[in-house]
Amino acid sequence: MSTPKNNRRVVVTGMGWITPLGHEVDGVWKRLMNSDSGMGPITRFDARTFPTTFAAQVRDYDIARFVKDPSVHASAGLNSQFALGAACQAWRQSGLDGFAGLNRKRVGLYLGAGEGVLDFDNYAAANLAGWDAEQRRVDGVRWAETAHKVLEKMCEVEQEPNMPLAHLAREFGIRGPALNCLTACAASTQAIGEAFSLIQRGDADVMISGGTHTMIHVLGVTGFNRLTALSTSKGDPTKASRPFDATRDGFVMGEGSGMIVLESLEHALARGARPLAEVAGYGSSADAFRITDIHPEGRGGAASMHMALAQAGIDPLARRADGRAAIDYISAHGTGTKENDSIETKGVKRVFGEHAKDIPMSSIKSMMGHLIAAAGAVEFITCVLAIRDGMLPPTINYQTPDPALDLDYVPNKARAAKVDICLSNSFGFGGQNDTLVVKRFA
Amino acid sequence: MSPRRRVVITGLGPVTAHGLGIEPLWQALCEGRSALAPIRAFDARGFRAASAGELPAAFDVKELVPKSYRKATKVMARDIEIAVAGAALAVADAGLTTRGTNPDVAPTIAPDRFGCHIGAGLIAADLDELTAALTTSKDAAGRFDPSHWGAQGMQELTPLWLLKYLPNMLACHVTIIHDCQGPSNTITCNEASSGLSLSESQRVIERGAADACLSGGADSKLNPMGYLRQELAGRYAECTVDADATKVVRPFDAKASGTLAGEGGGILVVEAEETAKARGARIHAVLAGTGATQSWCDDTVGLVPDASGESLADAIETALRDAGLAAADIDAIIPYASGVPALDALERNALRRVFGAALPSKPIVQLAPSVGANLAGFGTIAAAVACRALSEQRLPARVNSTDTGDMCAAACASESRALRHILVCTPSLGGQNSAMVLSKP
Repeated sequence: MSTPKNNRRVVVTGMGWITPLGHEVDGVWKRLMNSDSGMGPITRFDARTFPTTFAAQVRDYDIARFVKDPSVHASAGLNSQFALGAACQAWRQSGLDGFAGLNRKRVGLYLGAGEGVLDFDNYAAANLAGWDAEQRRVDGVRWAETAHKVLEKMCEVEQEPNMPLAHLAREFGIRGPALNCLTACAASTQAIGEAFSLIQRGDADVMISGGTHTMIHVLGVTGFNRLTALSTSKGDPTKASRPFDATRDGFVMGEGSGMIVLESLEHALARGARPLAEVAGYGSSADAFRITDIHPEGRGGAASMHMALAQAGIDPLARRADGRAAIDYISAHGTGTKENDSIETKGVKRVFGEHAKDIPMSSIKSMMGHLIAAAGAVEFITCVLAIRDGMLPPTINYQTPDPALDLDYVPNKARAAKVDICLSNSFGFGGQNDTLVVKRFA
Repeated sequence: MSPRRRVVITGLGPVTAHGLGIEPLWQALCEGRSALAPIRAFDARGFRAASAGELPAAFDVKELVPKSYRKATKVMARDIEIAVAGAALAVADAGLTTRGTNPDVAPTIAPDRFGCHIGAGLIAADLDELTAALTTSKDAAGRFDPSHWGAQGMQELTPLWLLKYLPNMLACHVTIIHDCQGPSNTITCNEASSGLSLSESQRVIERGAADACLSGGADSKLNPMGYLRQELAGRYAECTVDADATKVVRPFDAKASGTLAGEGGGILVVEAEETAKARGARIHAVLAGTGATQSWCDDTVGLVPDASGESLADAIETALRDAGLAAADIDAIIPYASGVPALDALERNALRRVFGAALPSKPIVQLAPSVGANLAGFGTIAAAVACRALSEQRLPARVNSTDTGDMCAAACASESRALRHILVCTPSLGGQNSAMVLSKP
């Protein structure tokens, strides 16, 4: 194996998020420390008869509070709106908005953004109007007649998954490499990893990276309900997301965006920016196993963890000089499905061996739900905050231990800890696995 | 700094309206034949254009997957079928043994060194299947009734319904069939998707995270919803079902009036030169350099493309630098060449910036008049054509365009030509630009 062409160090200089728990970094972090839940009844559409009636929705959000000129984003779908709010926070924190020396051709974007929300009512109306009951098919001409009347150009264009890129590029005048990846629940972790790789290679000096997504809509909930991936718990929705608990019964949908500014260390230092953390390693793998099932031994997740740790120069089976395990915290994918949580636990044990029990691992999906494509980015930000404050966010709703799941899941209450190195996992439906290692900047 | 790992293309698997693989595509391009014809997939007479480049009627993905995998073809959207077919073709062309070609012997590329990067579009659900379910949940006025749907109607959909339409399911199926356990990604940047996927494979192999990748992209808008979105985006030329569709698409012509859709794309085997040479593989071309940029879009989303072409020019110059070449080294260009006037203008201005007074001497290869505009599949098809042109030392014929100004894009017959380096580039709806240079080995 040859060595990479370029080993430029890459640091985080800005972070922002729009989440079900709030719209700014420290406020949301405080709520995570308080074990708050963002779950409630679905209000985007009438879900009262659906198998799942609740989700973690972003509330009271207004992009006008964040962007320079809301009129240039007038047609933005929810996805792009969330992305703009999160990216504006990150950009401001990085100090790049006031940096006169910025070469916008050396600023890129790598997002893991989901597709936009279908104009469902009008789409359904066109489908029903076009339905030929005898032939049991949609008649193209009749469909087109209604669709041309009810479906709107901008609403359709804004559903393309690269539209958050377009909105962010417009807001910040970005002219460098711009990519969007969509590997389901792994997307924004993968985006951050590839953004890191582009800076390392020298293709850009600054990258805005992260993810944005909402699937809280009729066909999104339908699709995941049919896959039986969502929690269908009755009663208090704040108790529905129960990662690693023996009674877990599926994930709870969240929505929102997490965005970070990544920068080559030399670029950050040259302009006097303060690095918040350093990206130390990135790993990516595919399960190549089955369409719906994860490899039972956690092979793919273990491979992406191994790859990320190797790049960071960390031996997972060694202890540090002060006796600590190789890393201090794992931000779990931890969806709360039976399969994910048990296989993720197996995968972590496969990588860290007997040290796995000494490494706290929690899932903030217990509090803010699963942001799907955006999940990895908010979890990465959580890792940086854990390093900053020496605090680990909890896995809430952990009441009934599962005998097979015997790691330290930071149950129910945030915990103070010495945190210098974190690992963040994201695993996508379809078998893509991604891992980031982030460490204290020194 | 250690020398960079060179990346080569060893397998071609384009899937187009001309059929499976490079052979029928190359033959048709050299003869100036077009596959654009009235759409069979649905009755398109209610749209601006009723013709497109559709895969041949005989196309059946079941014939291209291992027997044990035939059941899974039921959960493949057309886009997924194209990628799966392309992968089978590319693997065969590269002479690779994978789990998909023979599960009983050791694979040529170790699974954990085998990556997969596939560009995808926004995949629209099959309307017949979804509407058959929706129609069970109507209220008295004949409107969709969410209450009935939630309680009962949604059960009409197969449990795996959602997985037919997630863009990453192209790579999911391909990685399962061929046992690619290395880095895998799905790039969704409209027309730029394939080019950006190929550049990601280049980067992944360079940094040593894989030795070979199945890389490419696939797209089909030949369903009413996907088709309407392209129409609303102003892409299509007017073309009634009776019109001769083979004459409609005229890239860079003063009278160009839009494009026609083309479903297709495919997969290439992208490989480290050292492993390709070690196994004695036939090298079609070197993936010498890639570039990516974002355009400034006045209207934010890029429905009105950036006429200056500045950022596409930057992407091309980045690709040239990455390849260690100058504009003068380029012997032919394969732009998106859709015949959509605003996109043609963007490309023309970008190429003027890069090639200046030399532009009229750079032959332009146009795919859209023959196979339609392939969106996320474009870069893969274009790269496969570039590979074949480099090995044949020949350029395809051009058709339709006449009044093309300073572009060497007017109709002409196929001709022999000394070719060392070919540029492939495209802008996109959304503003992402991709460029790559393929070189004769």
